[in-house]
Amino acid sequence: MTRHLILGTGVAGVAAVEAIRGVDANAEIVLLGDDPFGYYSRPGLAYYLTGEMMEKNLFPFATPDFQKLNIRYVKGGATKILPNEKIVELDSKSRLAYDRLLIAVGAQAVRLTVPGAELEGVVKIDHMSDARHILQLTKKTRRAVVVGGGITALELVEGLISQRVNVTYLLRGDRYWSNVLDEQESRIVEKRLKEEGVELIYHAELIEVLGKRGRVNGVKLLDGRTLRCDMLAYAIGIQPRVELAKEAGLAVDKGILVNEHLQTNDPNIFAAGDVAQAYDPLTGRSIIDSLWGPAREQGRVAGLNMAGRKTAYLKSPPFNVTRLAGLTTTIIGTVGRGRDDDLVGIARGDSETFRSLPDAIAAQSGFDVNRLRLLVGEKYLLGAIVMGDQTLSLPLQKIIAGHADISSIREKLLARDAKIADVVADFWREWAGGQVVA
Amino acid sequence: MALRDLFRPESARHKASSAGQVTPDSARCVQCGICSFNCPIGIDVRRHAWTGEAVVNSRCLTCGECVARCPRGVLRFERTDLFAEAAQ
Ligand SMILES: Cc1cc2nc3c(=O)[nH]c(=O)nc-3n(C[C@H](O)[C@H](O)[C@H](O)COP(=O)(O)OP(=O)(O)OC[C@H]3O[C@@H](n4cnc5c(N)ncnc54)[C@H](O)[C@@H]3O)c2cc1C
Repeated sequence: MTRHLILGTGVAGVAAVEAIRGVDANAEIVLLGDDPFGYYSRPGLAYYLTGEMMEKNLFPFATPDFQKLNIRYVKGGATKILPNEKIVELDSKSRLAYDRLLIAVGAQAVRLTVPGAELEGVVKIDHMSDARHILQLTKKTRRAVVVGGGITALELVEGLISQRVNVTYLLRGDRYWSNVLDEQESRIVEKRLKEEGVELIYHAELIEVLGKRGRVNGVKLLDGRTLRCDMLAYAIGIQPRVELAKEAGLAVDKGILVNEHLQTNDPNIFAAGDVAQAYDPLTGRSIIDSLWGPAREQGRVAGLNMAGRKTAYLKSPPFNVTRLAGLTTTIIGTVGRGRDDDLVGIARGDSETFRSLPDAIAAQSGFDVNRLRLLVGEKYLLGAIVMGDQTLSLPLQKIIAGHADISSIREKLLARDAKIADVVADFWREWAGGQVVA
Repeated sequence: MALRDLFRPESARHKASSAGQVTPDSARCVQCGICSFNCPIGIDVRRHAWTGEAVVNSRCLTCGECVARCPRGVLRFERTDLFAEAAQ
């Protein structure tokens, strides 16, 4: 009987457990995790902060779901992997033996290092305990300053505003998330934030957190300004937890290096999720994804391989869905900076564009702002951003991932005042229909 | 606009469609559970989004609450005859 040991109760770990159990009813599976809350939706923490969700509803699995999987759940943290002995050491000096090991310990928020970062009231959002802590503090917080340029920082802003805290949001550059969004998209998000009372400060670089009696009472910026606040919330990046693997002598770059079977350079040890840097046979590069969907898929594939079903992990084109200041936003393929010159970007922002869409692909709609941006290559669509109305989101996902030849509609798309949403919808109907018929 | 409203897709039109069934796109789902939490009759929509199975439940009102509230646009109404129609 094979002994499987899974480190980490995140989505990668849970998906691996499901996959192993799916093909081997008898294997011994031990799940080891140090988060006292076990498996919950980390992305859902953002909606716990806004008050849309209660804590108890963030758990996708109930006890019977785990019972059905017939595993042994051990609460605790791994402190050392001994690959030669096939042993994992725990905090308490107890040890667990394995035949196959999965490292799925995720990534953690990069810590703020400016002076004053240790003061009470300096917060991040990484785990359930962080969300709880923030919600406790908001009761006595009047003004918070938020730093960080991406999605998580924005979720902090939204959460704090929802808790009736006044928010000042510091941006390093001249607009929000400039390496992914175009200028108009950034402005849409910023305008909506301002309407909610968020104060935005551009070109702001935090250099110190100020405090009194151990608590935050302000921040200092590089240009000499000081701002009064009683909370500083930050989301300035994440870093994979690679220490265990490194110490065990496994190959590590930014993440734990794994081949297309999610296997490390030790054939009995696998890695998946935010901690893994997976080899992509299509591009020949090793990539860290840091997203829920890929973490789940990697966990599943690692589990299958651990259980002896050789399966390759096929990376899908970049794909991310998020909510930016209330607007569901899907980001597909190449949309950011640094793209080829023969790529043409076209965008439509008026809601008119979406009105004549067919009902047959009814998805989320009715937003007050809608915007569609396409990145058109010579023969293919290379990327898209869909903000608001999501009707075209799934078709575009398929068209881009399926490398549909769009030569026949390229001219139409690039024509002045083209109704690009309609052109895409017509194309999709024909293409999807053709695929089914063929 | 009331405080907080902006951050919720509640303004999104509820689109009831008796002709369709709620179908998840699992790749978009982050298991937050807003769908299950808001289902008026307690269907565990999140579990459907995990397994990828459409909500084929005779109790489903197709009220559109889950479709509208999902922060990730995971759910849609899919007419069962979509492809037949598209193929024509
Ligand atoms: C606020 C927030 C919002 C997010 N929003 C999105 C989003 O909208 N879309 C998206 O795709 N992704 C989002 N993410 C990222 C997503 O949550 C992660 O990509 C995903 O959770 C990764 O899963 P994982 O299983 O690899 O790691 P994790 O979920 O981090 O799980 C790792 C587990 O391992 C445990 N662990 C760590 N060290 C040890 C040890 N030594 N011993 C035992 N256990 C250990 C940890 O406690 C943790 O439970 C968000 C994350 C956060 C925090």
